[in-house]
Amino acid sequence: MRILDEKNIEDIALGAAVLGTGGGGDPYIGMLMARKAIRDYGPVELYTLDEFDDDDLIIPTAMMGAPTVMVEKMPNGDDIINAFRSVGKYIGKPIKATMSIEAGGLNSVVPIYVAARERLPMVDCDGMGRAFPELQMVTHTIYGISSTPFAMSDERGNTVLMETISNKWTETFARSVTVNMGAMSMIALYAATVRELKEASIPGTMTKAETIGRTIRSARQQEENPVDTVRESVGGFLVFKGKISDVERRTEAGFAKGDAFLEGIDDYHGQRLQLSFQNEHLAVRIDGEFIVTVPDLIVLLDLDTGEPITTEAMRYGYRVAVIAIPCDNKWRTDKGLELVGPRFFGYDIDYVPVEDRFNSS
Amino acid sequence: MRIGIDVGGTNTDAVVMEGANVIATTKTPTTENVTDGIVRALRTVVEDSKLDVGSLDGVMIGTTHFTNAMVERRRLEPTACIRLGLPATVCLPPLVDWPDELVEAIGRHTYLAHGGHEFDGREISAFDPDEIRKITEEIKSKGINAIAISSVFSPVNSEFETKAAEVVLEVLPDANITLSSTIGRIGLLERENAAVMNACLRNLAAATVASFKEALSAMNISAPAFISQNDGTLMNADFAADYPVLTFASGPTNSMRGAAFLSNLKDAIVVDVGGTTTDVGVLQQGFPRAAATAVTIGGVRTNFRMPDTLSIGLGGGSIVKENPIKVGPQSVGFELTQKAKVFGGNVLTATDIAVAGGRASVGDQGLVSSIDSILVEHVNEKIQEMVSVAIDRMKTSASLVPAVIVGGGSILINDEIEGISEIVKPNHFSVANAIGAAIAQVGGETDRVFSLAEMSRDEALSEAKTEATDRAVSAGARADTVEIVDVEEVPLAYLPGNATRIMVKAVGDLAGDQ
Repeated sequence: MRILDEKNIEDIALGAAVLGTGGGGDPYIGMLMARKAIRDYGPVELYTLDEFDDDDLIIPTAMMGAPTVMVEKMPNGDDIINAFRSVGKYIGKPIKATMSIEAGGLNSVVPIYVAARERLPMVDCDGMGRAFPELQMVTHTIYGISSTPFAMSDERGNTVLMETISNKWTETFARSVTVNMGAMSMIALYAATVRELKEASIPGTMTKAETIGRTIRSARQQEENPVDTVRESVGGFLVFKGKISDVERRTEAGFAKGDAFLEGIDDYHGQRLQLSFQNEHLAVRIDGEFIVTVPDLIVLLDLDTGEPITTEAMRYGYRVAVIAIPCDNKWRTDKGLELVGPRFFGYDIDYVPVEDRFNSS
Repeated sequence: MRIGIDVGGTNTDAVVMEGANVIATTKTPTTENVTDGIVRALRTVVEDSKLDVGSLDGVMIGTTHFTNAMVERRRLEPTACIRLGLPATVCLPPLVDWPDELVEAIGRHTYLAHGGHEFDGREISAFDPDEIRKITEEIKSKGINAIAISSVFSPVNSEFETKAAEVVLEVLPDANITLSSTIGRIGLLERENAAVMNACLRNLAAATVASFKEALSAMNISAPAFISQNDGTLMNADFAADYPVLTFASGPTNSMRGAAFLSNLKDAIVVDVGGTTTDVGVLQQGFPRAAATAVTIGGVRTNFRMPDTLSIGLGGGSIVKENPIKVGPQSVGFELTQKAKVFGGNVLTATDIAVAGGRASVGDQGLVSSIDSILVEHVNEKIQEMVSVAIDRMKTSASLVPAVIVGGGSILINDEIEGISEIVKPNHFSVANAIGAAIAQVGGETDRVFSLAEMSRDEALSEAKTEATDRAVSAGARADTVEIVDVEEVPLAYLPGNATRIMVKAVGDLAGDQ
């Protein structure tokens, strides 16, 4: 167990932007919520799964909806507590902790708010190790953990509880209720016991986000090159150094999709990289050949500052390092790849783990 | 004829312009009492140009006064903030991310009330006049007069902010009220922050604008006075007294607009080479390209559109190191004329390299004649590479564009840069801010979310353009000169009905000015 204070939260938020792989929502609002709750209710304890009893009930919490709405209509605060307690009440057992379902982006820090207010611990694990665009895309799904009982609450006091036959159905219904709630809802889902989470979740992801954030911050202070230090701290691979030469965007079924094209610089001079995205970065091709794909993490870092660059911020002239970080092994199973592999996102290729590609070449 | 004045923290500059001609310029120190400095600057340019002040069409003033007050936390009024949006937004009340010493300066008088809208225009909750009345009574009992009012999605529908202001005025008829919808865009905290900053600056603004006017009447100038806004357009002086926050960052904007004017280019890269840094910006249709990221002023996050500039550590005073060759970011700064080798010092600077390479003649060239010519060549290559990389980063496409090079350090730059079609080094640059103010036009802006399921994209665009044009005209632009200068469309992820945020900016010439 260790204590999370304001500084830890800022580091987690910064690191979560890296794990967001270009998406996941701006952690700023979530960081403010978590910081405010810690100031008002005291610091939050971060536990590892081993520090609980196997039968303890853990319920993750998150925000769902359009990032543009989140910066305008911020939550009430009671809404996410309502969702959290509703799931506990439905199950009829005491809740021992909350956790993040998505360590990348905004939802890394939102559960810290819940933990502070409920005076419960937060667990150092999540269900993605990164960010993904849809609710069923969590390691819990691979291990048969249901997203339901699922609760979603709005600021008015409405709570919708649902039971579904699959996590994909939860995504479908939750998406349309979210629109009715004003394009943003607060959710509690994937209730599980510690025993189940030991098998199904990705451990240590809060600490990982924090380490990345702290690395970037101290590299900046010491005027080191943050790109190298970040890459080392996450065990990632340098895929490319280049300049964004074009970005093509389109909206399909509510998702922001597109491709960015990079011209190589330094050792990569003469090479051309194509980066495809759908809210998050999905695939990297160099001179037409697939080099990195989901579920491995593709991260763009500003060459000078090490600042992660989101899909929305990409534009001509940015000089970036493209870093690939191996995803958790749970994603590399048949079931994992069925959920979030290249074929799910429309690329008819087999997934090759990034370290195989880089260690052999 | 126009007079442009730039009231900075250090200098007050003035220019007299007739059409596109610069008739007279001056640079004088800014005085503690702002009026004196302006009068002195005005007197100099009026005498130099033998100007008949009766023939003036307008006096345009750019000032960093209000930004500085915010940064230095001085002369700020205690301010209350009422936010309409209950039951939403409770977890992050107004002023939540403000620095403590700034909150101490204005007090934490924040109130949440019912109201606000959803992204699609539905009400979050009904507006309650009694609730606002009760809040205002409490504000009144604290003796506070400055009030900022914000409402969720007020850029989509500002009705509740207006209603709340009416109720506040019933209780506090002299209240100085700022509505967030009049100054900001989508992003509640940032827009509300701007409204609160505006409210707490209103007293200072009224006094400052009064001293501007005093200076003009001391010079017998009866022409209307205008103040520059952050987007490079003008507002009349009385409007500025009500919206001081709109002057934030007008300095860099005026400087770039001045560069555009002096070089006669509307689309170009502007490279301002100073003593320590080089700032690279982009002009699009004569206006600076705006930055996409949040801008912090005095530690407070806002969503003003500031010019997008890239700053690199290269200037005339940059210290040169060998093995490996490195230029900057350390600089001798204002001590250049003591420390650089050409001035008899012992630090090798970028200026020494320019002189040794024969591209500039300042100081004593003999003092740098012993520098190895291969080193000079390599350092020079490094400098040109730093500049061309910075320029390339700011360009929007790979095609060639012209560059305007300004600033004291511009001697460092070769006459050819990769990716640049033409290099222009204009005169009068030291008063570019005042020129930028003098040539400014009047603008109007709109920023809304449209549902493209209900109307076509063309209809939405034309509605947004009409709205921006109307706003420019009501701000004082001549209708027949209004042009759309910027259109930005952002499709919103996860929203139904193809919701798209459309931002449009229109500008036109000042009415009454030929």
